[in-house]
Amino acid sequence: MFYDLLIAPFIEFEFMRRALVGACALALAGSPLGVFLLLRRMSLTGDAMAHAILPGAAVGYLIAGLSLPAMTIGGLAAGLSVALLSGLVARFTALREDASLAGFYLMSLALGVTILSLRGSSVDLLHVLFGNVLALDEDTLLFLAGVATFTLLALAAGYRALAMETLDPGFLSSVSKAGGPAQVLFLSLVVLNLVAGFHALGTLLAVGIMILPAASARLWSPDITRMTLIAAVIGLVSSAAGLLLSYHFNLPPGPLIVLTAGGWHVASMIFGLSGGYLRRLPPRRHLEA
Amino acid sequence: MSAALRIHDLTLAYDRHPVVHHLSGEIEQGALLAVCGPNGGGKSTLLKGIVGALQPIGGKVERLACDARAIAYLPQAADVDRSFPIDVFDMVAMGHWRSIGWFGGLSKTQRARVFDAIASVGLTGFEDRPIGTLSGGQMQRVLFARLLLQDAPIILLDEPFNAIDQRTVSELLELVNSWRSEKRTVIVVLHDLDLVRRVFPQTLLLAREKIAWGATSDVLCPENLLSARRMVEAFDREAHECERAA
Repeated sequence: MFYDLLIAPFIEFEFMRRALVGACALALAGSPLGVFLLLRRMSLTGDAMAHAILPGAAVGYLIAGLSLPAMTIGGLAAGLSVALLSGLVARFTALREDASLAGFYLMSLALGVTILSLRGSSVDLLHVLFGNVLALDEDTLLFLAGVATFTLLALAAGYRALAMETLDPGFLSSVSKAGGPAQVLFLSLVVLNLVAGFHALGTLLAVGIMILPAASARLWSPDITRMTLIAAVIGLVSSAAGLLLSYHFNLPPGPLIVLTAGGWHVASMIFGLSGGYLRRLPPRRHLEA
Repeated sequence: MSAALRIHDLTLAYDRHPVVHHLSGEIEQGALLAVCGPNGGGKSTLLKGIVGALQPIGGKVERLACDARAIAYLPQAADVDRSFPIDVFDMVAMGHWRSIGWFGGLSKTQRARVFDAIASVGLTGFEDRPIGTLSGGQMQRVLFARLLLQDAPIILLDEPFNAIDQRTVSELLELVNSWRSEKRTVIVVLHDLDLVRRVFPQTLLLAREKIAWGATSDVLCPENLLSARRMVEAFDREAHECERAA
């Protein structure tokens, strides 16, 4: 029973194993990124960036069809240029970063949908929008694993500067020039992971595996290290559970992975030990000092 | 005694409206200088110009004692994200950035200096407290401790004693005095003129223009204070271009 439900699908089907590896790679790299997005109050920025990637991927698709390198390079180019442009606009005009980012990602999204409509059936559009974690080939899998490895190493290297830039940007800029590079590194990693994510989960849901585990983890611990670990565990468990649910109920895997993470999130909002609802309900007796 | 900072005909402006107008002067190494004046008189802007956060529209600041990034600067309202999960020890340890950089670890001596700095602002026992649980005054003391670790030849403080209780102010003032004996150059923006008279040998009275700069007892005389008070705070929208070219 237990074996049939949880183990057998992965033993029997290679595509399930591939899906599991791919989703786990995304979840592992996504969790620390999600924690920083959360701490920098950029939870929605991830979503905007995901939309911004679309035209790049679409151009890649238009040129080379459903090809991993073409769509990846296109997506990276589009994502990074939107990130860079909105940063520049925020710096040199009166618009703030959120407004300029919103402007660019909306233009980018509209452009992407237009390009996709030039060629391509609705099936292709669905593939780009929602990914297909059950159809990961060797190259894509290696790409996902490579991105995850690179992301974790790069984040470890930039961790201190990024944390300081988040905590006290004024101080960091007064003692060093590290603030700008740290910010660029971080946004690039977010874009890279979203691009990796859209092969498996699609452009729209790739951000889910970053933000949902991180937001849930915040409700269990205020400590940044523990938050990251908890987010990783939630991400990994959601990946496996989502795939199993999709297998047993014959539903699309991408949305179910994100929905499972969403289930954790709702549970965390209620039961979370650090700021969950129940924790705040009855005021316990106060202390003496 | 050699100069730590030389200010040449400095004009700092927002949107072409000058806030510090044609200021010149020299600040000696080891000086303890108070900057006083009305709101909007350009005190904070002057500090930003000295630390290099604001580019001058005219003139220049010559930093002789150290380069801009070695200056320790405590802004009036530090934009610290108080909800960030970090404890007091780590927050203060950030002051070591220039020696540890992106990757370096803290040596034993450096750890000891963090504890010393926390002790000298009277926060021993708070090392493990998240900064989100501190009061406003305690947070200010944490920032002071971080500043101590920067070991800077030039230290700029912008209204550092706001919202801080009497006892802590006198403790922090002892620190400021000890910097002086270490030959550090200290510039402090202050509103409390009694405090300035008591502690600071030199004062710059600034109301967009320099009203007076010199020994505190001479600068803070009634005539000077009156002319500082006469400064027109609002920008003149019809203002002509300034004719006083350098």
